[in-house]
Amino acid sequence: MSEATGLLREPWESFERQSEAGTLGIWAFLASEILFFGALMLTYTVCRIENADAFAAAGRATNIWYGTANTAILLTSSLTMTVVVQATASGDNFRRLILACLTVTAALGTAFLAVKGFEYKDDIEKHLVPGAQFALTEKSAQLFFGLYWTLTGVHAIHLTIGILLVLRLALLGFRRRLELDRNPEIRVTGLYWHLVDVIWIFLYALIYLPGRAS
Amino acid sequence: MTDALLTGDLPLPAHPDYLRDGTSLTSWLTTTDHKRIAILYAITITIFFFMGGAAITAVRLELFMPNGGLLTSDAYNKLFSFHGIIMVWFFLVPSIPNTFGNFLLPLMIGAPDVAFPRLNLFSWYLTIAAGAFTVYALLAGGVDTGWTFYTPYSTMFSNSHVFAAAAGVFVVGFASIATGVNFIATTHMLRAPGMSWFRLPLFVWATYATSLIMVLATPVLAISLLLVMAERWLGLPIFDPAQGGDPILFQHLFWFYSHPAVYIMILPAMGVVSEIIPCFARRRIFGYDFMVYALIAIAGIGFFVWGHHMFVSGQSPYANLIFSFLSFVIAVPSAIKVFNWTASLYRGQISFEAPMLYALGFVGLFTTGGLSGLFLASIPVDVHVTDTYFVVAHFHYIMVGGAVSGFFAGLHFWWPKVTGRMYPESWARFAAILMYSGFNMTFLPQFVAGYLGMPRRYHTYPPEFQIYNVMSSSGAAVLALAYLLPLGYFAWSLFYAERAGNNPWGASGLEWTTTSPPPPKNFDRQPRVDRGPYDYHPEGESAGLNPPEVQNAREVR
Amino acid sequence: MNPIFWLPEATSLAERVDHIFYGLLALSALTLLLVFMLVVVLAVRYRRGSAARRGPLPEIVNREFEIGWTSITLFLFLFLFWWAASADLRSLAAPADALEIHVVAKQWMWKTQHPSGAREIDALHVPIDKPVRLLMTSQDVIHSFFVPAFRVKQDVLPGRDTEIWFLPTRTGVFPLLCAEYCGTDHSMMRGRIVVMRQQDYAEWLTQQPEGDDLAHEGARLFVARGCSGCHAQSSSVHAPKLAGLYGRTVQLSDGRQVKADDGYIRDSMLQPKRDIAAGFEPIMPSYAGLLDDGEVQSLTAYIRSLAAQTGKADD
Ligand code: HEA
Ligand code: HEA
Ligand code: HEC
Ligand code: CUA
Ligand SMILES: [Cu+2]
Repeated sequence: MSEATGLLREPWESFERQSEAGTLGIWAFLASEILFFGALMLTYTVCRIENADAFAAAGRATNIWYGTANTAILLTSSLTMTVVVQATASGDNFRRLILACLTVTAALGTAFLAVKGFEYKDDIEKHLVPGAQFALTEKSAQLFFGLYWTLTGVHAIHLTIGILLVLRLALLGFRRRLELDRNPEIRVTGLYWHLVDVIWIFLYALIYLPGRAS
Repeated sequence: MTDALLTGDLPLPAHPDYLRDGTSLTSWLTTTDHKRIAILYAITITIFFFMGGAAITAVRLELFMPNGGLLTSDAYNKLFSFHGIIMVWFFLVPSIPNTFGNFLLPLMIGAPDVAFPRLNLFSWYLTIAAGAFTVYALLAGGVDTGWTFYTPYSTMFSNSHVFAAAAGVFVVGFASIATGVNFIATTHMLRAPGMSWFRLPLFVWATYATSLIMVLATPVLAISLLLVMAERWLGLPIFDPAQGGDPILFQHLFWFYSHPAVYIMILPAMGVVSEIIPCFARRRIFGYDFMVYALIAIAGIGFFVWGHHMFVSGQSPYANLIFSFLSFVIAVPSAIKVFNWTASLYRGQISFEAPMLYALGFVGLFTTGGLSGLFLASIPVDVHVTDTYFVVAHFHYIMVGGAVSGFFAGLHFWWPKVTGRMYPESWARFAAILMYSGFNMTFLPQFVAGYLGMPRRYHTYPPEFQIYNVMSSSGAAVLALAYLLPLGYFAWSLFYAERAGNNPWGASGLEWTTTSPPPPKNFDRQPRVDRGPYDYHPEGESAGLNPPEVQNAREVR
Repeated sequence: MNPIFWLPEATSLAERVDHIFYGLLALSALTLLLVFMLVVVLAVRYRRGSAARRGPLPEIVNREFEIGWTSITLFLFLFLFWWAASADLRSLAAPADALEIHVVAKQWMWKTQHPSGAREIDALHVPIDKPVRLLMTSQDVIHSFFVPAFRVKQDVLPGRDTEIWFLPTRTGVFPLLCAEYCGTDHSMMRGRIVVMRQQDYAEWLTQQPEGDDLAHEGARLFVARGCSGCHAQSSSVHAPKLAGLYGRTVQLSDGRQVKADDGYIRDSMLQPKRDIAAGFEPIMPSYAGLLDDGEVQSLTAYIRSLAAQTGKADD
């Protein structure tokens, strides 16, 4: 446990309790995040029920290839993140594995953002930004795209924060400024990363699938 | 914390208390000591309180005359919006949790600090940043949407700085969530040995229940404001009826937060009062476990009554029935609390220092305001009085008469602990009584005006309501005076008042076992708890005059 | 102008609301008295050092007390809920013979229109003892139609119809107020409701300028906007005939059934793709943005008028 005491912070006296508290705290925060995205998806659902046809038509205008590719990328990143978390939890000093997987996770996250960027560019060129030059004529299609930009935008911000957190861990670990074994920060970051992932799965279904079912 | 030494201060006493442990400005601005952060918050919310008060002072002056000439309509609308926004999000929501909660939660459970001290400081900085943003919105021209930001007015029609104001509230929401997360983790993980859940003081329970609401309700406010901002800034047509947006969807989102938020504002005050009444009556609180269940019930059911703000909005009449029913249900736990406070006086040894006066005032005013809530929960009556001054009177009775009285009760009660000095008792009693009378003069007439049909947010009004408005405005002047008085005597007390001992009230809580002001790490030795709170007399006995035996502090390792 | 100290009860509803209000007031006064008396009496009797008896607590158990007052309040509250809710339910549906008035709200005025087509601004004349039903919509933000003397209030929404009804029981002039904050001149958005004896109302109506009758206006629009191109008897397009539609239950292509009320007809024009009548192609274009609220109301009134004359071929 000697390395663990290096991780001990004010006001804790026991490392066990400190990491338990970290886990409890992040779960409370994730509950908060779930309500955040939950409210947003509920807004989407209400609008979709009230404007089903327009949403189906607008849903067909999205680019499902980008969306699907991104789903694959993000799910893979969750895998590498899980490896990181398991490796730290084991306490067997998997330093290189942890660092490698952290880097891959961050890289996959960045790849997601890059694909998203291309998709955004595409959307802008196709005039799918609500406003005077909006491409679709369906009455509530603009509403769909209003929600599309909000949902994906907010998700992208969350992902960016996630990438920064992972990069920070990788960087500090690399320079041996951070104890990697049993570090509660890694588990906390991992939980956050998975949440951002799970949310994307919902978004994928909400954004790309309506109108394509049959 | 050695910078005080480095900057060449006088040699420190062996155990400097938290106030003297580093005196430079940076030592305050970078502190992670929960007690100092509490003080930073206290200063912040006091400033916001007087800002909100100054805005409404102009409003009340204007309302002296039915066709007032002091302000333009736009200025009037901006002033009451500013008042509502500042008072709710920058004063009342952070008031008790972030000052007393921060200061007392670790002390009451026997911990050296909160679970995440740096997060705690961060949350204060967020509050400051958000407040600056909102105040900027005011100086740069104001917001005229009311505190409720209803769409489509806020998104498509208002020409004011909705974006900046909403952004400010959005950010302060995160401060709220951070505090909530912190308190939840603290209560779960940092209780002293022997401090089981049912030995927690009711104030801790109240803070805990409040934190749950903060964490689960605030994100929904964030989303509703985010959508408003997106529509204003990026033109995304989310609430635009012409694009198929639902005209009352925003209201559902907003009230899903804002109804639970009213319990964020009242639960901590209930906690404060539950500490004070037993102390000055020298009695165990009546029905401790029921008080706990009531707190949790209020926090839980509070999530399911938001629709009672929308009885005339055009939502389904069946939804109205459900929300009306639940609003009555949620009044039951409040009733339990009122009766238990009253019953705690039975066979007590009651004395009437200022904290007790405020606490008893709280019970009366909260009951009045709560009972008026029952009028609003009855659909046919609400249809008539909604959006009138009846509602304004209802919520001021609870929020000003209740929560602010609770805040002042706590301020007087813990002042000796926080500063190590007593306050001047007769001035404080005078201010308490003045506040109580001024308050009733201001808001009682508003019930009548509201019932007679005076709508709220009215810059000009039909002349038959003038008499009520004159009464109300005069009362507000008395109230303003009563709020200014404590500023004076508290400042005086900091320098000239006698020193307080560890436990000037003979109270039983753990926070009174340490020195006043407490040392940086709260307790010189780890406390161990071996009895419940409010142990003022043996079980089954009446109050006695002896001071309670306090929890003993001893080395546990 | 209202008197200063009390509010007239000028509808059948007002009396019922006041009963509940006074009932609640009495109950609240009693409760408040109880709480205040308890606090004051206990505080005085048990002030510190007083001679009142203390000693061991009597045997009345905490828990029974607690459960007792919890259940008493719960039952009281259930009773209050039942009382208020049943009053609300009874006044939900408007009588069938109600006089139908259309209201359009905009920043910051009220526009009302009688079935005869007579229009008013910031005013409404209605006959006594005859139920009046208001169909309301807004052209911009949310407003709220509030007549204190009638105890009625209803928000008026953009993009949606809301309605209320009342039965005036007293003649006089009563203030009409906007109760939902709607911007700069929210507090100036006031008008008056004039309740007249029935013959006075009839006379008043005849004196109004020959306003276009709503349904006639609608009939004109029906041709002018091209509806008749598809919906007229002679049309070759396969579109439903609208005579007798109003009030009927319509079978939709996705299996649902809906009642053809004002909302349905409004949606048929503005969002035709939403509810497709069974047996028809979804070819009807959307008129959103092409028809303003007043025109939608006129067209609706016209379609409604067709219901009354079923059997007769439409124009
Ligand atoms: C701290 C704040 C706070 C608190 C605690 C409450 C508590 C309650 N509120 Fe209030 N309310 C507000 C703040 C608060 N409210 C605000 C800010 C608004 C307006 C927002 C806006 O529009 O700007 C509002 C508006 C509001 C409305 C909507 C009005 C409208 O706009 O049309 C309604 C309707 O049901 C309502 C009901 C209630 C009820 C039933 C309670 C209950 O929880 C009260 C329970 C307490 C008691 C009932 C008293 C004690 C009980 C007894 C002593 C029992 C004995 C009694 C009997 C036997 C009768 N409130
Ligand atoms: C949460 C807390 C809170 C608090 C503490 C208060 C405190 C007060 N409120 Fe507030 N009020 C709200 C929350 C609160 N209010 C909300 C949410 C609204 C709804 C807004 C909306 O419709 O959107 C509202 C609306 C509201 C209205 C309705 C406006 C309208 O609808 O047109 C009125 C009218 O009388 C009013 C009055 C008062 C008064 C007299 C006080 C007093 O208690 C204040 C006393 C304090 C002071 C008076 C400060 C003393 C200091 C000075 C006097 C120094 C001043 C300096 C200079 C003038 C240079 N309030
Ligand atoms: C291009 C042809 C066309 C035009 C022009 C047209 N409609 Fe229609 N309308 C239809 C068809 C086809 C349907 C049935 C499918 C449906 O329900 O959408 C329909 C359905 C309706 C219905 C619902 C009837 C029912 O039985 O459910 C109403 C009401 C209506 N139209 C009113 C109007 C009005 C008013 C206008 C003019 C402002 C108009 N229509 C213009 C073709 C048209
Ligand atoms: Cu219209 Cu207020
Ligand atoms: Cu509420």
